Amino acid sequence: MISVIIFAGTELLPGDVAQSILGQSATPEAVQNLRLEMGLDKPAITRYFSWLVNIFQGDLGTSLSSGRAISDMIGDRFSNTLFLAASAAIVAVPLAIFLGLIAVLHRDGIIDKFISITTLSMISLPEFFIGYLLILFIAVDLNWLPSSSIIYDSMSFGEQLKAIALPCITLTLVVLAHMMRMTRAAILNVMSSPYIETAQLKGLSSFKIIFHHAFPNAISPIITVVVLNLAYLVVGVVVVEIIFVYPGMGQLLVDHVTNRDIPVVQAVGLIFAAIYILLNVFADVMAIIANPRLRHPK
Amino acid sequence: MNTNFLHSLASHLSWGARIGLTCLILFACAAILAPFVAPYNPNEIVGDVWEPVSGAFWLGTDQLGRDILSRLIHGARNTFFIAGAATLLSFSMGTFLGFLAAVSGGKTDQLLSRANDLMMAIPTLIFALVVLSVLPSSMAVLIIVMGVLDSTRVFRLSRAVAVDIVVMDYVESARLRGEGTMWVIFREILPNALSPLFAEFGLRFAFAVLFLSTLSFLGLGIQPPDADWGSMVKENKDGIVFGIPAALIPAAAIAILTISINLVVDSILSRTSSLKGGR
Repeated sequence: MISVIIFAGTELLPGDVAQSILGQSATPEAVQNLRLEMGLDKPAITRYFSWLVNIFQGDLGTSLSSGRAISDMIGDRFSNTLFLAASAAIVAVPLAIFLGLIAVLHRDGIIDKFISITTLSMISLPEFFIGYLLILFIAVDLNWLPSSSIIYDSMSFGEQLKAIALPCITLTLVVLAHMMRMTRAAILNVMSSPYIETAQLKGLSSFKIIFHHAFPNAISPIITVVVLNLAYLVVGVVVVEIIFVYPGMGQLLVDHVTNRDIPVVQAVGLIFAAIYILLNVFADVMAIIANPRLRHPK
Repeated sequence: MNTNFLHSLASHLSWGARIGLTCLILFACAAILAPFVAPYNPNEIVGDVWEPVSGAFWLGTDQLGRDILSRLIHGARNTFFIAGAATLLSFSMGTFLGFLAAVSGGKTDQLLSRANDLMMAIPTLIFALVVLSVLPSSMAVLIIVMGVLDSTRVFRLSRAVAVDIVVMDYVESARLRGEGTMWVIFREILPNALSPLFAEFGLRFAFAVLFLSTLSFLGLGIQPPDADWGSMVKENKDGIVFGIPAALIPAAAIAILTISINLVVDSILSRTSSLKGGR
């Protein structure tokens, strides 16, 4: 069973690269000029493999618009994006699990209903709505935090944290709702099993039942949800970076899509996809570690 | 009879769903009747830049002095049309391939499912950005890209639903009668899979609206002078730092639309059987 999951996970990686190349070759007319310019008249497969080999050697190619090496352009931005995503994750994950537990404790009560309705609405909100709302009220009206999150090396860590506070809150709000709902669903699912009923019949308090009996068994679905949402976080970063003018990978990607600078788009897209897939594989592995039953083939 | 049906439908809906339905109908009417409802020409400069809300301009004016309400109403057409067309495309593709995979089984199923997994392994937005960096940003390209990317989710759901139906006796007897694959897909499975698919359609449409708005917001969706709600947010976003809320109005419209859809779908789902596969 493990081997199947891991095999499937690793199998997806090279396929994904091939796909982004295929998307390119799909429109010969649009790429024709570029091709002649760059001497890309070799067959797609040859180009694909040489590109792949170069990437494994750390050479991402050069940008068409600026002529700079792509790895230089990405360097700082990559760590910026990771910094932002990681900060959001540190806030969002414990909060989501905590709220999920609260909702289960007060199941069908007013608090649960309130959390459920708020999170349902949050799921349907576009990122830019939340982002601009925060900018308008917190940054412009109240003037508590800066509206754009330009960070540079000379800033102290505290200043950097202050600069990314708003995008961080936005990202948290975006993933929090989904994570919390799934946590709640996972625990409720466990709550319907017979051993919970036994625990209830023993007269244990509902707090004890949830923490000692339900939560350990719900950990594996919760981990899956958390990691999948982290994967979403990495993608959600694209829009949030644009809103807050944050110098990260997302902005690099969008800028170069607009310029049709294909090597940059390829490289950045590949990195995003790779992180996304790695996190997904990680989710599978964690689920297996957390649930001993998955370790033994049936 | 018609009113009777509507009445019985309405009495089953929760309050949230009724509010949502009212908003949806309101938006749809505004979009359909746009030229008659909109107070101004959407592309005409009628006032000063970023005028506040007033009697003449109910929602104020935008970064060029155009009436936001009129642009919102006309933009709704683009948003609805593209999101709707993309959802339709993703559903026809997704359900057909999903049913085909379930009915055929074996190698066809394996091939389609693995190809689908491959597509789903890449985040949708990143995939769309990479594709749109090569293709021209025309309306048709947008619809196709969004539809194809979204069909992976529909494929997964419809396959899961169909796998349960394929083992039913009536499908077996249809096969024994000698009916072909197409007959089984369209006459046996489709009618029985409609209810979970219908709910999913709502969710996918809401997702398509969000996705289109995101693309337009990033400047890769609908190109000026055409406008949709997402590109209106983009046009007006510079005003935010000066405390001008113009960009929030189209963003709020998107939010209201998607929340309304979710409320209605949620209420339908809680009444009918459980939806397999989920979001």
